[in-house]
Amino acid sequence: MVEHGINATQAIVTLDVALPGIIWGWMITLNMWAKSIGTGVILVGAFLLYRHKKEEMPNLRWMMPLIAFIALNVFLLFTLTDLHHPYRMVNIFLHPHWTSAITVGAWMASLFTGLITVMMLIGGFDAYPDFRKNCGIAKSIRGISPFYEKIFPFVVFLAIPVTLYTAIIMAESSARELWQAPAEVMQMMWAAFMAGSSALILISNKWSAEARKDLALVLAIATFFSFMMYMGEYFFSFKSSEAEATLAFVHAGGAYNTEFWFGMVLGFIIPFFIAVSSMKSDNKTLLRFAAILALVGLYMAKDVWLKIPQMLNLS
Amino acid sequence: MKLGFLVDLNLCMGCKGCEVACKVENEVPLGSWRLRVKYIDIGTFPDTSRSFTPLRCNHCESAPCERICPVSALHYLENGIVNIDSARCIGCAGCMMACPYGAIYMDPETNTADKCTYCAHRVESGMMPACVVICPVQANIFGDIDDDNSHISRYIMEHQGAVQVRKPEKHTSPKHFYVGGGNQTLNPLAQQRIEGYSLFNNITHLKHIGNPHEGVIDRFLEPFKGEEKLDNRSFIDFDNNAHESYEEEGGH
Repeated sequence: MVEHGINATQAIVTLDVALPGIIWGWMITLNMWAKSIGTGVILVGAFLLYRHKKEEMPNLRWMMPLIAFIALNVFLLFTLTDLHHPYRMVNIFLHPHWTSAITVGAWMASLFTGLITVMMLIGGFDAYPDFRKNCGIAKSIRGISPFYEKIFPFVVFLAIPVTLYTAIIMAESSARELWQAPAEVMQMMWAAFMAGSSALILISNKWSAEARKDLALVLAIATFFSFMMYMGEYFFSFKSSEAEATLAFVHAGGAYNTEFWFGMVLGFIIPFFIAVSSMKSDNKTLLRFAAILALVGLYMAKDVWLKIPQMLNLS
Repeated sequence: MKLGFLVDLNLCMGCKGCEVACKVENEVPLGSWRLRVKYIDIGTFPDTSRSFTPLRCNHCESAPCERICPVSALHYLENGIVNIDSARCIGCAGCMMACPYGAIYMDPETNTADKCTYCAHRVESGMMPACVVICPVQANIFGDIDDDNSHISRYIMEHQGAVQVRKPEKHTSPKHFYVGGGNQTLNPLAQQRIEGYSLFNNITHLKHIGNPHEGVIDRFLEPFKGEEKLDNRSFIDFDNNAHESYEEEGGH
């Protein structure tokens, strides 16, 4: 009998109701991952434009907002799909509750996506001047072409809080103590740099080697610091008893242990070394491989970090 | 006025009358609970004792669920009750992630968050919550904790030193107190859940959050569909051989 094997001070739950398991699942992981790409390409793109001439990265002006647009729409789609009442999303705009990071984030992300859409249209029509040459809408969009450069600094500035607000949602999720750490804010930032540089690497085939070297540098720095932060959080941090209990379960080979380490090796360690080597000798294929690995590994790491604190019974 | 709740665990005998009364009063669907009574066995055989702990919303003064709700579906009433407006709820489950006490559930009929409201509708009519009325040993005490002469205030004063709240380190200022509780009864980390040794069930995780019959696409089609007849039978999985599984994700 199990009762004979336990300490007299220990307690066993002998009757309880069924409890909810993982409430925020893969859709939220995908949501965060896609948002990292959406804001990351803007942040890394701005860095590249600061460092290099536009001619060195001929397709950046329209591909950057296009990637951001696709990623942000994936993010918004899964935000909506995860709601049990998707049409009531409108309540966030009709009845906003400003203490909620979900509300603030929804407003900022909507504004950000709107501006990205404008940039994408301007960039696209400018890149292909013969496309819909006589169309009135295309003409008027081409007419506001300088607007792109005017709003770009504001979009870059806005990308920062849009990247970070998910960390505030996690901080407000006070039942999940693993997320109650300032490290989450920086983890979101590194994720954006990782995802942004990876996504841009995939379209950098015709760019100058110097620009690609900068992308490799950003990827190497982001994977290194993000990995270090995960290791610090995973092994060395002094956390609350609930967070410790969550991590102890995973340490002991519990659920998501394998996914976590796969994510760390695939998404952080291997891409780091490939990126460092690409800074010395330009190897487009290898760098693209690193970018894909980083995106896959980032998804896995985010997935584990999202789910593990939800396995803890709260009451 | 600030309404509060106190449970004297020395009196509670685990009859679950409060649990049933709550379900009936608030028409809580099967598979969901606003109030539940947990049995905990403490000690080593033959020196064991069984403890019963009723668990419900703590109606925190600084409620994380209210703070995270993006549409103010969760809101404070003037009497301190943390109420919920299910017509406004968007079903984001943010409150379920924020509540440190796991007191909020996704109603499978309405697909909105719901929880104990201290029977706000009864309180408004001058009645006591259903769980208080039904308790055969008066272990549930409810009243105005701002009023020094109320039963609950006097009870707290009479048992000073023995009154506890759950997870005080969360700084939520719960308005739900326990007398006669201990670490083993109030702290979930001090309790083991050993599969196969539960008295009546070995289910530890719900297979679904919200309506189990409604997929993601159905949520979008809902306004265009006719009213589907749901009854409690809809939520019973007769072939349920569920066991503890971390792979199953709620509601997706």
